[in-house]
Amino acid sequence: MNLRTLVWREMSERPSAMFTSTLAILLGVTALVAIRHVTVFSEREVGQQLQSLGANVLVLPEGATLQDYYSADLTSQTLPESHVASILLENLPGVERLSPKLCVSAKIAEHPVTLTGILPQSEFQAKAAWQSVSLFSNKHEGCTRAACGPKTYDGAPESLASERTIDQLKGNEAVIGADVAEFSKLKPGNSVKMLGETLQVLAVLPRTGTVDDSRVFAHLHTVQRMTNAGEVVNAIEVMGCCEDAAGSLVPRLAELLPDAKVVTISQIVSTQVGINRLMSQMSLFVVGVLVVVGGASVASTIASNVRERRREVGTLLALGATPSLVTRMFLMKASILGLIGGVGGCSLGLLSAILLGSRWAGVAVSPLPDFLLIALAAALAITTLAAYLPARSAARLDPCRCFSDV
Amino acid sequence: MFQLREITKIYRKRRQEVVAFRVDQLEIAAGEYVAVVGPSGSGKTTLLSLLGGMLSPDNGQLLFQGQSLYGLSLNERTRLRREQIGFVFQTFNLVPYLTALENVQVPMYLGGISAAEQRDRATTLLEQVGLADRLDHKPCELSTGQQQRVALARTLANNPRLILADEPTGNLDPESREVVLSMFDTFVRDGRTIVMVTHDHSAAIRAARKILLKDGQIISDTNDAISRSHCA
Repeated sequence: MNLRTLVWREMSERPSAMFTSTLAILLGVTALVAIRHVTVFSEREVGQQLQSLGANVLVLPEGATLQDYYSADLTSQTLPESHVASILLENLPGVERLSPKLCVSAKIAEHPVTLTGILPQSEFQAKAAWQSVSLFSNKHEGCTRAACGPKTYDGAPESLASERTIDQLKGNEAVIGADVAEFSKLKPGNSVKMLGETLQVLAVLPRTGTVDDSRVFAHLHTVQRMTNAGEVVNAIEVMGCCEDAAGSLVPRLAELLPDAKVVTISQIVSTQVGINRLMSQMSLFVVGVLVVVGGASVASTIASNVRERRREVGTLLALGATPSLVTRMFLMKASILGLIGGVGGCSLGLLSAILLGSRWAGVAVSPLPDFLLIALAAALAITTLAAYLPARSAARLDPCRCFSDV
Repeated sequence: MFQLREITKIYRKRRQEVVAFRVDQLEIAAGEYVAVVGPSGSGKTTLLSLLGGMLSPDNGQLLFQGQSLYGLSLNERTRLRREQIGFVFQTFNLVPYLTALENVQVPMYLGGISAAEQRDRATTLLEQVGLADRLDHKPCELSTGQQQRVALARTLANNPRLILADEPTGNLDPESREVVLSMFDTFVRDGRTIVMVTHDHSAAIRAARKILLKDGQIISDTNDAISRSHCA
């Protein structure tokens, strides 16, 4: 017999009551852990996007709205393809590559996919040679590319996932995303029939965790023909040499293409940054709820437990228990509730963040051990502090309560 | 063992004062078997609480083995109660979620005895009260008589010299009552002191000394042993 046995036996006698009293703590910690994990990994994702796409500029139809860079071209509105030639002929400083895109919905093996038409870089070179212009020759003055790291373009079709452009793509070829390859079991060299045409799989892209995983990339002109869309695109991605260039390109492009909307990656991710800020504030709110509701719940549970057990506490005091032992008995019970709520909340919160993080915020979440420890410590501290006053009142109970009538 | 001098205990409620117990002089010697009787509200339990060091008097002095019980600090009084006083309650006051064995272990745990010794001693005590086959039963799985025997084993856990009993036979059938009173007889023969509050006349007559209380005051205090010696 020891204090732990005394406390644990009583708690295990009524597990449902114990679960109910720890529910508020458990839910509070769950929400806190889930929100914080998604926020942290979303912020990291934004940072990575800025790092990898910082110098890119999007040219979109004027009425297009967007929250995610990768799905910016998934719009029903279009731009004339001639805008691509306009940008090319203008030979704006700092432009390194162009990637026009046209997206349509399609199905492979009853699975919805996005068929995306893209123009390979070889077409630009041909166009430039035909029009006797020097392709992307106007270097941007004071280029800070060195600060962003070296940027070289890989010729392999798989590099489309990271570089957003492809060097070679024939009219009957397609590059498929990782999710498409997974459910359709397609491999390079296989054929796939879409919208009445057969395309040959040139490559499977590595997984990116973005909507690109469920895309099928084909030649822009093939997609235009398959869909009878005409010479239009949904978006033109302009790769700048550095962030400075991207910044100065925006007004030049806006002037050149007055019927289009021109945005930088920084402007796009600012939406996500705003959402992250909101989530951070939300986690502060959850901490408040955890302290007030969770603390009140535990204080109320311990107080009612003290009331229910007055005679038992009186008996223990009569048998020689010191007031400090009685206080410790109730504080230990509260800390067990805090531990259960904390561990359960951390586990549930982490699980929710992992399951829902990719679905809601498009980020892959892994455990943040430091934060989990802080959440657990907070749950323990809140329950112990909340139980302190009821525990002290138990210690001050009149031991004469052990008698049948006083 | 006890010396009470000009003790008064008053309960105050809503500006009204009730004298719960008052005595000018009362002594209880070591080894005595005292029954405290009287109608409800006469001050029996108040006297028991005063003797148990759980209710400080408003006036007077209460000496236990020569030292002022209420002159001790709360912790000293708690230790004294733990080491020297055993309690028997009308409703047994067993901890409902602990087994018989664990209930008997509680005072030993409070006294700082090791877990192994607690278990050995508790087993021996439960064997002595005839519950060797009920060690792992919870109070709700025991009859009232068995529960009171567990409570008696718990009372003896720290080998107290003084036993304070509050209506120990109040909830028992005649057979169980006889078992409990026989054990009390044995305790007294072992040299322990018993102060027993009771309404039960058949229990009271087993005690050598009877103190009759009414309205918080001692109406009569008779000692059979003294009477017998006087008769002789």
